[in-house]
Amino acid sequence: MSALEPGAELPAQRYAVRRADLIRYAGASGDFNPIHWSDRVATSVGLPGVIAHGMFTMALAARAVADWADGGEVVELGCKFTNPVVVPDDDEGVEIEVAGTVKSVTDGLATIALQVTCGGQKVLGMPKAVVRA
Amino acid sequence: MAVDQSLVGREFPPTRPYTVSEEKVREFVRATGGEYDGGPAPATFPIVLAFDAMFGFLDAESIDLFRIVHGDQKFTYERPVVPGDVLSATLTVASLRQIGGNDIIGTTSRITDADGALVCATSATLVHRGADA
Repeated sequence: MSALEPGAELPAQRYAVRRADLIRYAGASGDFNPIHWSDRVATSVGLPGVIAHGMFTMALAARAVADWADGGEVVELGCKFTNPVVVPDDDEGVEIEVAGTVKSVTDGLATIALQVTCGGQKVLGMPKAVVRA
Repeated sequence: MAVDQSLVGREFPPTRPYTVSEEKVREFVRATGGEYDGGPAPATFPIVLAFDAMFGFLDAESIDLFRIVHGDQKFTYERPVVPGDVLSATLTVASLRQIGGNDIIGTTSRITDADGALVCATSATLVHRGADA
């Protein structure tokens, strides 16, 4: 029985993001842009400090989608990176929350509108996934 | 330094064939806090290929990676990526505009398998922060 019924509110998922997670993601993804590990470089280009890879946040959103879809195939995934996720150099880091609403189910494809926030602020713009329901 | 306007429409050479291994997928899943127990790679895994193509493009154009911030990303999948796939990405510069001293670079990448069949089409907007921005 699929939870992906039109209008369904999907259970919000929460993920901790610490500096060490960014280092690990850099290695796994191959994105070693220093704005994701060096405060010196990040601030030199006008950022408030080290920020999470946009793709790391998107990967967390995709993880929530995979849970909700119970392994159902993802056919489309997209978002804008509207607000940087600034990750402090401490042991707590920050928390990303991923919530979702099933907008429609058509021809076996469920469209999920996501809400991805950090500290109550939206960090992804118009995040959306289409999965086989 | 502004990015060369004549880049629009240019297709860069395909990336070196990349063999997707179970260990690399496991590393990627772990980097986003999950546990991999076989099967398809996560939905954002193709970014490994897309990054490879993007770095080739930035390198060819002498664009500093640390000045790049990710604006948006979208994936459209023909099928999931699975271990054993031999993939390559081909990047095209789709658009280029300047806003407030920043270059907004629109790219598309086609990720194909060993048979040349499309696995995933992806688009990304890269924001190149100008030195004075």
